[in-house]
Amino acid sequence: MTDGMFGTKGSGDTSGYGGLVPQVTMAGSSQRPFGSYFDDVTDDLERAYPEFSDAIERVVVDRGELTLHVKRERLVEVAFTLRDTLKFEMCMGVSGVHYPDQTGRELHAVYPLLSMSRNQRIRLEVSVPDGDAHIPSVVEVWGGNNWHERETFDMFGIVFDGHPGLTRILMPDDWNGHPQRKDYALGGISVEYKGATMPPPSDRRSYT
Amino acid sequence: MAPRRIGMGLKMGLEEKIPSGFVLTTVEKLAGYMRKNSLWPATFGLACCAIEMMAVGSAAKYDIARFGGEVFRASPRQADLMIVAGRVSNKMAPVLRQIYDQMTAPKWVIAMGACASSGGMFNNYAIVQGVDHIVPVDIYLPGCPPRPEMLLDAILKLHEQINNEKIGVNRAQIIKEVELAAMNAKPTHEMKGLLA
Amino acid sequence: MTTFDPYAPSRDTTEGKVFSVTGGDWDSLVQEIGATKEERVVVNMGPQHPSTHGVLRLVLELEGETITEVRCGIGYLHTGIEKNIEFRNWTQGTTFVTRMDYLAPLHNETAYCLAVEKLLGITNDVPERATVIRVMMMELNRISSHMVALGTGALELGAMGPMFFAFRDRETVLEIFEMITGLRMNMAYVRPGGVSQDLPAGAYTKIREGVKLMRKNFKDNATLLIGNSIWMKRTQGIGYLDLAGCTTLGITGPVLRATGMPWDLRKVQPYCGYENYNFDVVTADTCDVYGRFLIRMNELEQSLRIVEQCVDKLEKLEGAPVMVADKKIAWPAQLALGGDGLGNSLDHIREIMGTSMESLIHHFKLVTEGFRVPAGQAYVAIESPRGELGASVVSDGGTRPYRVHFREPSFNNLQSVPAMSEGGMVADIVGAVASIDPVMGGVDR
Repeated sequence: MTDGMFGTKGSGDTSGYGGLVPQVTMAGSSQRPFGSYFDDVTDDLERAYPEFSDAIERVVVDRGELTLHVKRERLVEVAFTLRDTLKFEMCMGVSGVHYPDQTGRELHAVYPLLSMSRNQRIRLEVSVPDGDAHIPSVVEVWGGNNWHERETFDMFGIVFDGHPGLTRILMPDDWNGHPQRKDYALGGISVEYKGATMPPPSDRRSYT
Repeated sequence: MAPRRIGMGLKMGLEEKIPSGFVLTTVEKLAGYMRKNSLWPATFGLACCAIEMMAVGSAAKYDIARFGGEVFRASPRQADLMIVAGRVSNKMAPVLRQIYDQMTAPKWVIAMGACASSGGMFNNYAIVQGVDHIVPVDIYLPGCPPRPEMLLDAILKLHEQINNEKIGVNRAQIIKEVELAAMNAKPTHEMKGLLA
Repeated sequence: MTTFDPYAPSRDTTEGKVFSVTGGDWDSLVQEIGATKEERVVVNMGPQHPSTHGVLRLVLELEGETITEVRCGIGYLHTGIEKNIEFRNWTQGTTFVTRMDYLAPLHNETAYCLAVEKLLGITNDVPERATVIRVMMMELNRISSHMVALGTGALELGAMGPMFFAFRDRETVLEIFEMITGLRMNMAYVRPGGVSQDLPAGAYTKIREGVKLMRKNFKDNATLLIGNSIWMKRTQGIGYLDLAGCTTLGITGPVLRATGMPWDLRKVQPYCGYENYNFDVVTADTCDVYGRFLIRMNELEQSLRIVEQCVDKLEKLEGAPVMVADKKIAWPAQLALGGDGLGNSLDHIREIMGTSMESLIHHFKLVTEGFRVPAGQAYVAIESPRGELGASVVSDGGTRPYRVHFREPSFNNLQSVPAMSEGGMVADIVGAVASIDPVMGGVDR
C-alpha cells in the first residue's frame, strides 16, 4: 500500500487530511445584558441566592437560550431556590452529554427548567470529571427526575447521590458498561449480502 | 334430474357433485385445511409494526376476520401464530423466547417488519438482529412498517404453507432433508457471481 | 397484639401461622389474620400483556383486589436511537427520530428539525408553506394518535366497538399521509429546512373530504361512550392526579389539562406559527380518566379546525417553495413520482449528470457528507398528543449530531402510575395507564 501525500492510512478518511482533528468550540461565557427575560432571571437568582458567583461558574446565552453552569455541590440549593423563589416548577428531565476531550469536565448533565407561571425556560448544566462522576440528586426538588436520573446513570455512568433507587432502567439489569458514552462502541454487526458483507455504520468510511 | 337442476339455475349441494357419495382426502390435507383456516395470532406487538397489525385486526378495510384470525389471544397457550411485530431489544429477548416456548405445537412465527426480520435500521447494541436468532421463523415480512395488505399477504402465504405441511413420518423426513441442506449450504457472503 | 382466643388458638410453624378454629368469633380470627402481611400477592403484568400499551411491565403488590404498591418496568423497547443518530447525518437523524413515538412520528420529526434549525439559525428562513404543511401534518397526526389512544383505551376497559370506529377514522388520516408523504407511518417527511416534498395534485380535495368524513364519524364514538353509564362508572374518579402531582412529576399534556390548567405549548409558547390559527385549549377539571378522555375527544375537533385553516392557507400559498432557500442546507432534489413508478427528479438528474460538474459535486457532498451545523446546544419543545416533547440537540460543528436527547412526555407521564393507582383496584390500573396513553417507543427510545 502506497503512502499518500497527506499521510492517510487505509481507506477511512477521504477528506485527504489524514488525522485532522477540528477544534470544537462551544459557546463561551456571555456578557450582560443577556436580552429578553434572562437578565431578570439572573438578577432574581442573585438576589435570592447570595452565593451566586460562587455557585454559578458560567452564564451562557446562546441561540436564544440561557444556560447556567452550576457547581455540583451547590446544585440542590440552587434548584430549591429556582423552584421556590423563581417559580420554575417543572424540570423537563436530565440529559447527559459526554465530551471526552474536555478533560476534567467530561460528563455534563443538562436540566431544562420550565416556569409555567412566568412562561420562561432556562437550562442548568453541571459538569463532572470522568473518574469522579457524582452529582447530588434533585429528586427532592422535582420528583419527576427520578427516572431521568436513572436513565442518565444507565447511559452515562453518572451516579446521583441521594437518589432513592439508582438502578438501570433502559438496559437489562446486569448489563456492563454505559452505552451512550463516546467510548462505548455502537455494537453493530456486519450485514451479510450475497457475495459481500457490509460493516456497521460505526465502522464504515466517514466522509467528514 | 341433476342435469336439469343445473339448467334451472338452482344451487347444487355437495352431495350431488360427488360421484359415489364419498369424499376422499388425506389426513395431511384435512389437517392443513383446518389449521390454516383458524389461525389464532398471539399478541406480540412491540413497536410501530404493532399498530399496523392492530389495523389489520380492527380496521374494516383490512379485516383479518375473513381469514379466521381475528381472535388475537393474549395467552400464548391458546395461540397458534406469533406475529413478532416490532423491534426486539436485548431486554425483551428472553420474554420472547418464553412466550414462544409457552405456545403449544403446532405453532408458526411471522417476523413482521424489517426490525424483526433482521434488526432493520437499528444495527446496534440494543436490538437483536433478527428474531431468527431466538425463535424459528416461517415467514419474513419486510417493510418499515409493512402495509396491512402486506401482512395479510404474509398470512396468506403462511396459510398455503400450512396447507401443504406434512405430518407424521413425512414431516420428520422433510425436517431431516432441510437440515441436511442447511448444513451443506454455502454461507450467503460466499455466494460468488451474483453481484455482477 | 395477639390476644389469646380460646376458640381460635394459633401457633407459629415453619409454614407460618396455623389457626385451629373450633368455634367462636369469626371477626377475631379475621383480625388475627389481617395483622400478618401474608395476604400480599405479587403479580407481574409482564411486558407481554394485551392491555399495557406496548411492552410495559407492571409489578403489582396486591392485597385482595387493592393495589398496595406498583412499580413500572420499562426498557423493553430500548433501541439506542439516540446513540445511532450520532453515526448518521443531520438529515438522516429524521428517519431515526421518527420511530421513537411511533404514533406521532411527525411530531418527533418536527421537534428534531426545529432544534436543528435553531442551531443552524435558519428558523426564520424556513418557507411559510413548509411551516403550514408541518402544522397541518402535525394536527392530522394528533387526530390519528388520539384515535389509537381512544380505541385501545376503550378496548382495554371492555368496550370493543370504539376500537373499530377509531381505526376506521385513523385509516382516513393515513390515506392522506400516504398521498402526501408516500408512507402511512414513520414517514421521515419533515427535514431540517422544510419538508421533503410539496403536496401532490388533488391533495386539497382529499384533505377536505377527509375532514368532512371525520367530523361525521367522530359522532359514532362520542355517542357510544360519552354519557354511557358503564363507561362513566369505570372512568370517573379513577386515576386521580391533581395539579401539584402533575408539576412535581413534570407531567404535561392531557393529564395536566385534566386538572384544569390550560397549559398547551401551542398557545403559550407558540412554534411553527401556531399563533395564527384559531383553536381552543381543551381542559377538564375532574383530574380523572373521564376528564382526559373528554379532552382527547374534544382535541380531535380542534385539530380538524386547524387542518381546515391550514388547507385554506396552503391554497393561497400555491407554488411557494417548501425547502429553505440556502442551497448549502436544502435537500437537493425535489422528488416526484416519475413515469416508471420510481420517485426521481429527472430535471435535477439531467442537470447534475449532464450539465454541471459543480452541481454533481455539490449534490454528492450534500447527500453523503451532509451540511455542517455550528457548535452549540438547543432545546425545542412542542406539544405532542401526549404532552411536551422536547428535543435537546448538541452539535460540535460537524456533519453528525453530537448528542440528541428527547424528553418524551410518556417517560414522565408513566412515573405517575403509582400515584394514580396505589390504593385503587386492579381493574382501575388498566384505565389509568390507558388514560396516560404511553407509547413505549418514546419511553424507551
